[in-house]
Order: sequence, then structure tokens, then C-alpha cells
Amino acid sequence: MSATTADFKPFTRQQMAQRAAADIPEGWYVNLGIGIPTLIADFVPLDREVIFHSENGVLGMGPAPEKDKIEPWLINAGKQYVTMRAGGSFCHHADSFAMIRGHHLDLCVLGAFQVADNGDIANWATSENDTAPAVGGAMDLAAGAKRLWVLMEHTTKDGQAKLVSKCTYPLTAPGAVKRVYTNLATIDVTPRGFVVTSMAPGLSFDDLQARTDAKLHLA
Amino acid sequence: MINKIVQTMAEAMEGIKDGSIVLLGGFGAVGQPNALIDGLIEQGAKNLTVACNNAGTGRIGLARLMDLGRVSKIICSFPRSSDPVVFETLYREGKIELEIVPQGTLAERMRAAGAGVPAFFTATGVGTKMAVGKEHREIDGRTYILEKALKGDVALVEAWEADRWGNLTYKQAGRNFNPVMAMAADCTIVQTQHVRELGELNPDHVVTPGIFVDRVLHVPYGDPSGF
Repeated sequence: MSATTADFKPFTRQQMAQRAAADIPEGWYVNLGIGIPTLIADFVPLDREVIFHSENGVLGMGPAPEKDKIEPWLINAGKQYVTMRAGGSFCHHADSFAMIRGHHLDLCVLGAFQVADNGDIANWATSENDTAPAVGGAMDLAAGAKRLWVLMEHTTKDGQAKLVSKCTYPLTAPGAVKRVYTNLATIDVTPRGFVVTSMAPGLSFDDLQARTDAKLHLA
Repeated sequence: MINKIVQTMAEAMEGIKDGSIVLLGGFGAVGQPNALIDGLIEQGAKNLTVACNNAGTGRIGLARLMDLGRVSKIICSFPRSSDPVVFETLYREGKIELEIVPQGTLAERMRAAGAGVPAFFTATGVGTKMAVGKEHREIDGRTYILEKALKGDVALVEAWEADRWGNLTYKQAGRNFNPVMAMAADCTIVQTQHVRELGELNPDHVVTPGIFVDRVLHVPYGDPSGF
């Protein structure tokens, strides 16, 4: 990865979540994956009615409870305590995944190890021989939601590109990702590949390309 | 008079055979029938195939059943739950077989079994290593893979309320896999926090109708904890 000296300010995780949250219209049914995507819920104001789904059978999930108001039976897919909004409902696992697999969710936001410029996503195993691979609901969500966005760091901790021309890790789903929010940019996945729609302040297109394996296009 | 309520754990566990496929409800600790798992440990059946979303935590419950060498195969979506030390050790040593299944496919395979559907096509897993060796079919322009129903010999289920006909309700996210597994096994065994008189449960609120249930054991234990 070529080093550049450009003075730019990457987005924080909160800013990444905030940027994705701003693009979610009222009325959408949304599933947020474990990790950074979970933060998105914090940036959707309660008066904008976005309905959050958790695959363990919770629809209409609200923010984390105050410590003294924990409901021990009310958890999300990450097994964290959550709350229920007015209008929320519970269902069993087959119905919950019918919402996912039957294309009822408007949006799913997942984290990822790699996203390719044809929309392939790899987010469940880091090698073909991963000890005890754990897929959870990722493949159902990637294949079943009406649209899939990814929220992730632009590169790995040691600077390897995560936006690639071909995923080297095992796929979660082919051709599924529509948009990627990173700490450096927002990128749409289109028939002509990755199209950059915005960048972190002070970052040049060349700086961004230098941190990306696949070819980038300007909107 | 129909009375599915049993008085002892021994009655609840009676007849579970070696080599059984056991469906185990719960998502983490929530909705997990821990008392029944301890009962199964005590009962002694071995060479079990267990279908469960997770693969046990710490050294109790399902983890203990595995630690005792009683589980030969686990079918699950997410074996990497918190502190899966027993499973990971057994898996590394080649002492347990793992069938990893996407969570929605896992639920649907059991729902299908309960509904008499032997197999179904799904888009989940297409183009991934989950699809290797499975029948592919294009239907209306999209490719699907064939997944087979997963039927249990036994289901262990946790309910919130039950009556003597086996009608069940659940509490909040404790519902999860429980109603799906209840309909997918030849013998469905329930532990319930509360026993209600027949007629006391509002028919509008019953989630699992008693037709899917064989035995009910009253196990009031309070709140789940420790994921």
C-alpha cells in the first residue's frame, strides 16, 4: 500500500454510522449486523420511524436499556440487551427468517472482511480452513434483503485493501452489495464497478485509490 | 383426560435412545431449556446429533453434554458464541462432527419437517461453499439450491406458560427456535416457567398449539443469564 502524506481526517465509527443512518428513509424495515452496523440505530431519531429487525425474532427494536431497566428475555442477535419500541412484535425464528428470505426487509447493513466491485461479499470466514466457521444469519441476510449495504473500515489494521477486484475469502453471497460506507468514503456498487460518491475531508481520489485494490470511478 | 404434564425429569426423558437427533431450542441462553439439557445428561443417551443455533458455552448445559462425549455431531449456525471452549477443543481434536447451516436455512429446514415438506429451494448459500454438492435449479431467472428438511427424534423446548394439553406461550425473545423445533420432532418435551389451568390461556395468545407437544415439565427458574 503506497503511503501518502496527505492531511486528511478519516471518519470515526460514529460518523460512519451517522452517514449511513442519514440515508435510511422513514418507513424502512432494517436489519443491522453485529459490530459497527449496530451503531446506526443510535443515529436514527425516534421520530423518524425506521423499524429495526433482529433475526432472533424481534421487530421494532429500540436502543439499549438503562442498567436498571434490563429485560433479561429481550436481546438482539448480538446477544445484547435491547428495548422494544411501541408497535414492536416478537415472532419465532422461521417467521423472522421469512422476513429476511422472503424479501420483506428494505435494507440490511453488514460488516465485511472484503467486498468486490461486482458486489461479492465475504464476511463470515477468513480462510477455507477456519476453525469452527460461524455463519449465523449472514448468508440469509445477504441473499434475502431487498438491498445490502456494508459498513466497514476501508483497509485492514495492517493496511490491506478490503475493497477488492475479487474476494479471496469464502463468499457470503455473490453480487449482493449495493453500497459501502467506510472510514474514508461512500462507494456505490454499480454495473461499472465501484463509484465513489463522497470522501473524507482532505482525502484525494488518488489517495483513496491507493488504499483500494479494485479500480474506483468518480460519480 | 389428556394430561401431558409429567411430574419428574425421569418421566420427561423416558425413552430417548442412543443415536437420536435432538433439537435444542434457545438463542444463546434466552429460551434455552437448561433443566431439560441437564435431564438429558442424567438420562444417559449417547451418540447424539444435536441441532441448536449455538454450540454451548462454558462447561455447563450443552457444553457439558459434549464434554461427556455424548454428542457425535452438531448442526448449528454459530458455533463461535461466547466461551465455546468445549466445542472448539472437541472440533480441533476431530471428536465432533460439525454441520454448519445458515441460520435461516436451519430454521426453515425444521419448519419444513414440521409441515411435511421434504425439501425446499432457497437462494441462501448460492455461490458459496454451502452450495457445494447440492442440487441447483434456476426458477424464474434466479438460481436456488435444494435443502432437505431436518426432522428431530426429540425436541427440547422452553416455554413461558403451558397447560395440560401442551398449549404454549413464550416470553419476548425467548420464543426464537422453540416453536419451530416443537413442530419438527417426533417427541417434543417442554420445560415451562408457569403451568396454567386448561382454559386459562387465551386461545388468541397460544403460540404453539398442544398438538405439537408431547410432555411438559414445570421448571420455574427465574431469568436467563450468562450467554
